[in-house]
Formats: sequence, structure tokens, C-alpha cells
Amino acid sequence: MRIEIDSERCIGSGQCAMTVPEVFDQDDLAGKVVLLDDRPDAAFDDPVHEAASRCPVGAIRAY
Amino acid sequence: MTTEPLPTARPTPFDPPVELAEYREHDPIRRMVYPDGHVGWLVTSHSLARKMLSDQRFSARSEFKRAPVARPSADPFFGAPALPGWLVDMDAPEHTRLRLQLAGKFTARRMKDMRPLLERIVDDQLTAMAEHGKPADLVSLFALPVPSLAICELLGVPYRDRAAFQRNSATLFSLEASAEEASRAMDELYGLMRELAKERDGNSAGLLSMLAADGTLDAEEIAGIGVLLLTAGHESTAGSLGLSTFTLLSHPDHLERLRSDPGLIDNAVEELLRYLTIFHFGVPRTPLQDVEFEGHLLRAGESITISLPAANRDPSWFADPDRLDFERKTAGHMAFGYGIHQCLGQNLVRMEMRVALPAIFRRFPGLALAVPPEEVPLKTNVSVYGVHELMVTW
Repeated sequence: MRIEIDSERCIGSGQCAMTVPEVFDQDDLAGKVVLLDDRPDAAFDDPVHEAASRCPVGAIRAY
Repeated sequence: MTTEPLPTARPTPFDPPVELAEYREHDPIRRMVYPDGHVGWLVTSHSLARKMLSDQRFSARSEFKRAPVARPSADPFFGAPALPGWLVDMDAPEHTRLRLQLAGKFTARRMKDMRPLLERIVDDQLTAMAEHGKPADLVSLFALPVPSLAICELLGVPYRDRAAFQRNSATLFSLEASAEEASRAMDELYGLMRELAKERDGNSAGLLSMLAADGTLDAEEIAGIGVLLLTAGHESTAGSLGLSTFTLLSHPDHLERLRSDPGLIDNAVEELLRYLTIFHFGVPRTPLQDVEFEGHLLRAGESITISLPAANRDPSWFADPDRLDFERKTAGHMAFGYGIHQCLGQNLVRMEMRVALPAIFRRFPGLALAVPPEEVPLKTNVSVYGVHELMVTW
């Protein structure tokens, strides 16, 4: 799986970092998403898709 | 088709008005009449609610907002421009500047770090409830003080000011308080926040002094943010805690399931948030220009109510939506709204509920209602749903 994030759209809601802290973090300045791993292990497929669906501004693309 | 107002009569304390399901099925966007006679729109499906809340053509500015139901005290901010710092009432780019400034202080990591503090607050309030003796009102002894103390910690309200802070927030959310009392409480809270916004010595880890130290926002914006976070976070979290406890006491099988599998708590909290959706009158939006939306012409200035409870019971997103199910997939629920205005404090609310709900039933394993369920007074006529009082015994 590959992940792309759109930092422009991100409003720092932290849904992704709350759901999969192994893959997503946030910076302390504006809370924007920090991608820790853009090709995570297959074990993270479900939670990453869930994080993408929880994002309130659609800033995460997982495919 | 006659134009109806927003339906508000609930069939049970836990279920939204039945008309919402009918509207959602037949016309998920339909005309709605407001208490002042204005004819606007009501959105009830999950997909249209999401679509609208992520479409920047629909404004959140308070000068265009209109109360969807007649309330004893109409929101004083509707119809007037946003106060400094009140980002809920602003659009981009004003909203974005404030939101990003705050988001860095509300990261998932910081909220998780608050757990030990929340555990202590919860523990102290449960002790106070035990010392009070049974029967006790879980709302005034637990559900209201827990979020109030959590917000004190978050904002950095010093101990010396906490009694005043709690007294004034209690007045602000009390139905018994007169308009003058409520407005005096608001003035005192603003005064307190202005003092906190001046502290830039970096000694306090509180949010307001951190914002002051950043130097990007002015003192009036910081004070406004403080009052906004209190008003948005206190009553809503209290409502969620009180109503969730009432729900668990009324669903003994679910409570038992949670006791036997404590690991279910995170998803159970999401499900309670979805199922109960305490912002039961939804969120308001207004197109600033005429907009074509799903085959309808929405004219500039027409008020729109997006029903969060209806979206959260949409069978096209949640299978068997009227069933409380702690094991269902809860992703995509809209209890915190959606889009750029989605609740800033949602991860704090989650942490508070995850800590508080199991702790209540650990401390009082025999917790039970002290009155018949139909006598629990419900907050049907205010914008944040919940219980006014929850008399319990153990």
C-alpha cells in the first residue's frame, strides 16, 4: 500500500495520528500530518484506510 | 408538500425524531421552515451532509446563522459578526489562521498525554460522589465538574481561580440562571481569560499562555478562544458523559459486554457518540451566492440545517443504524461534524469518555438509576442534548 497526504488541505484534526500512530504523526506547530511511513506493512492496510475515512478534509489517499 | 419545521419530538431518550428517517429516505435535502418564518433547507443523509460540510461555498459565518428551533434563550451570537477568536463563526482564510494555531496544541499525542491527569480528575470526582452518599446526581457531581476541571488544566487556569471559573461556567449553563446572571458570568469568564492571555512568561504549560508566548494572536483573540473552548467543550462533554451513563444503565447487556471486554471501550465510545449525537439540532450553513446543489437551487442567504443525528443513523453508511452495537465499524460518524470546522477538541472528549465511563462502573459496580427511567429529565429544548440530572444509587 502507498499513502499520499495533502498538507495544504490538512487542518490538523489528528484523526489519523489517533487511529494509526505508527504511520501518522503531527507537527507541533500547526498540528499538520507528518507521514512516518509512506509504504507501511500490509498489517496496517485496514487501520490506514480507516484513518483516511476519518479525515474530515480528505487529506489522505491510500491505495 | 407542506413545509415543516425541524422535528424535535423523540420516540425514546436515545433515538432521534422518527420524521428524520422519513425525510432522509424520500428527500434528503428538503425545505424547512425556521421559527422566524424563514424558509430554508434541511439536509438529512450522510452523503449530502458530508458533501455540504466540505464545500466552502457554504459559509459558517455567524451573521448569517439563524436558530433552527425556538429556544428560551436564543444564541446571542447568531446574526452578529464573529467575536475575536471565535473560529466556529468564520470562513477561510480567517478560520484557517486560528485553526492551525490551535491544532498544534491539540495534537493526538498531547491529548493522549493528558490521560494520567484525566484519571486523577475522574478519580477525585468519583470519591466526592461516594462521600456525598446515595442517591446522588451524577450530572452535578461528576459529568459537569470532570470536563470543567479538564478545561482548567488545558487552558492553564491557576488553582486560585478555579472556584470562580467553575462557579461562572455552572451559571452559564444553568437553566435557572437569569439572562443578567448569565451575562455577568460571561463577563467574569472573559475577565479571567484576558488575565491568562497576558501571561507570556512561559512558566505555565497552559494553552492560553502558550498562545500568548507564540505572539501570533492578540490578547482579545486568545481570550475569545478561551471562552469559546469552554462553552463548546464543557456542556457537550458533560452531556455525553451523563447521557452515555444513562444509556449503559438502560442497556445492561451492552454494559456487561463492556465489563467482560474492557478493550472494547475505544470503539464503544465511538458508537455512543454516533448513536447519541448530542448536537441534535445539527449545524448551520449559508450559501453566500446562489448554489446548484443536488438538483436544487440554494439561494444566497438561505439558512441550511445539516442534521447530524440523521446522518449518523443513515443505513447507507451504517448497517442497522438504530441498533447500539459496540462492535460495529464506526469510522465516518459525524458526531463531531465534518470538514474544516470538525470539532477541535474531539480527541480530548474521546480521552475523557474512555477514562470516565469504565471508572464509574469500576468504582460503583452496582450503579443503578434511583428513579424510573421515564423520570430522568431530558435536555430536549437546548442545542446540546443530554440529561439535566441523573439520580443514581449503588
